[in-house]
Amino acid sequence: MLADKDRIFQNLYGFGDPGLKGARARGAWDNTKGLIDKGKDWIINEMKASGLRGRGGAGFPTGLKWSFMPKATDARPSYLVVNADESEPGTCKDREIMRNDPHLLVEGCLIASFAMEAHACYIYVRGEYIAEREALQRAVDEAYEAKLIGKDNVNGWPFDLYVHHGAGAYICGEETALLESLEGKKGMPRLKPPFPANMGLYGCPTTVNNVESIAVAPTILRRGAAWFAGFGAKNNAGTKLFCVSGHVNKPCNVEEAMSLPFRELIDTHCGGVRGGWDNLLAVIPGGSSVRCVPADQIIDCPMDFDSLSKLRSGLGTAAVIVMDKSTDIVRAIARLSYFYKHESCGQCTPCREGTGWMWRVVSRMAEGRAHKKEIDMLLEVSKQIEGHTICALGDAAAWPIQGLITHFRGEIEKRIDAYSAKAPHEPVEAIGVAAE
Amino acid sequence: MSPETKAKLDRIIAKYPQDKQASAVISALWLAQKQNGYWLPRAAIEKVADTLGMPYIRVLEVATFYTMFNLEPVGKYFIQMCGTTPCMLAGSDSIKAICEKRIGEQRKVTADGLFSWLEVECLGACCNAPMVQINDDYYEDLNAANFNKLLDDLAAGRPVKTGSQTGRVASEPAGGKITTLTTFYGADGLSGPLSVAGKK
Repeated sequence: MLADKDRIFQNLYGFGDPGLKGARARGAWDNTKGLIDKGKDWIINEMKASGLRGRGGAGFPTGLKWSFMPKATDARPSYLVVNADESEPGTCKDREIMRNDPHLLVEGCLIASFAMEAHACYIYVRGEYIAEREALQRAVDEAYEAKLIGKDNVNGWPFDLYVHHGAGAYICGEETALLESLEGKKGMPRLKPPFPANMGLYGCPTTVNNVESIAVAPTILRRGAAWFAGFGAKNNAGTKLFCVSGHVNKPCNVEEAMSLPFRELIDTHCGGVRGGWDNLLAVIPGGSSVRCVPADQIIDCPMDFDSLSKLRSGLGTAAVIVMDKSTDIVRAIARLSYFYKHESCGQCTPCREGTGWMWRVVSRMAEGRAHKKEIDMLLEVSKQIEGHTICALGDAAAWPIQGLITHFRGEIEKRIDAYSAKAPHEPVEAIGVAAE
Repeated sequence: MSPETKAKLDRIIAKYPQDKQASAVISALWLAQKQNGYWLPRAAIEKVADTLGMPYIRVLEVATFYTMFNLEPVGKYFIQMCGTTPCMLAGSDSIKAICEKRIGEQRKVTADGLFSWLEVECLGACCNAPMVQINDDYYEDLNAANFNKLLDDLAAGRPVKTGSQTGRVASEPAGGKITTLTTFYGADGLSGPLSVAGKK
């Protein structure tokens, strides 16, 4: 188990004081000016050396991302935008940061903004997180009052921090949709290029980072890149918040070292799988958008970006959804298909039409009311959606279906056989396959 | 618009650069919705557009795009029940059955005006599943018994506890946390903030 002394989020569960006094006692805001005085190049180099990969799902190296920002000018100020639109099913870590350890995020915003020459930062909090954004706003107000941030602050970098909120749209977690939404429009992703680093918020250079990526930065800089890089396998450095939900005895959020084997994560922190390890069916290891992995492949797999992508899945947001053998796996995936249908912004035809089509077909399969040949048709359609849309929502909708068919084709066939054997039943031949 | 809401809105508009006040549209609609019993009539949407100097269609687009804007009246207690897979695995079917039995069809307000409900997508409290959001607040770690009691208490006007209904503080493992037991470790991982200890 990761030692308590190596935890960044010491108040993850809110047992202690989330306010400035409590945060300071835990080491936040300690010598922030000293870090800033070392200069932006030092900060970016440390972040690169730490090996931190973005915690929002894609895993892009954070330091490298920061280095893409052009020099700020008066006409085009730079912005940092923090993505707190936590909506990936299974993910609930940023919520705990915002309500229980918000000062780590506020301090991180100042340091990251300095490194990118931004004097203003917006934190985009998902609309439903009302208590969380109020908690975060309290921390921001405290930081202003203590002159830790603001136009004239003790840390020497003029900086304003604003809390902004959405109103319930998963797609706004996509960085360019988020920027559209922040500008007061529907959250529809933009075509890239231009990338936000050149044309982001209000047409100005912008970097969008996940809450966790920003909140870990001050501690990394204080304790040193080497300390952070000391956890996890090569190229998968650091500690990470895991959100374990589903069929474990004690679902929880927990900070652990990267590359911890799945079995150890579940046994140490979650009281094991419900009904024991033999009862494990499959795991969705990185939020709903990654392919599920069957029990035998995941049990001893290190929980990190590279190991999970070798299984054709991914670490994503590290939202680990555990399913035991009581799970109706086809229905579980069909429910995710409904999610993507509901959340498609409607901009690209393959996604707008395809997510609904896949949902309808996979829902029929959950009942067994389908032809076996439709399984391959569904797989083919999912591949026509994947990679043919402006943003990754199309891919995210396709992958759960592909995972299901790859690993549980037999289960779908069994359903179809069972349905056909049942009498009387609606003749399968009468079922249309096109969009209803 | 109440003077209180107007003052709040002015503070929100001030967060954005000059001539970028369209950025305040979601917040403005949200304030309008809160002031109007949790739903947005057409007049409120147009008022927001006038206030922010935006064409009606731009604000209508926003009001219809985002799930949290209710375009029809809702109950005094508006229940948004999460039904996405992590909640489903944890038993949201039983919560849904209770909503159907006690409240009825989705989006229909009960005759006494107290309740309406809607199945929504992941609300991001998956380690405390299943859960619902009622107006502004999350109610987590639900089961049939405590959810029924919650609805009884709300209907009777009794005070209720937000958050976990099984006594958890946040998303720590049930039965008590086993990590972050020793707090007050500072920046060096040992003794507290560097500057306090006089070390640099």
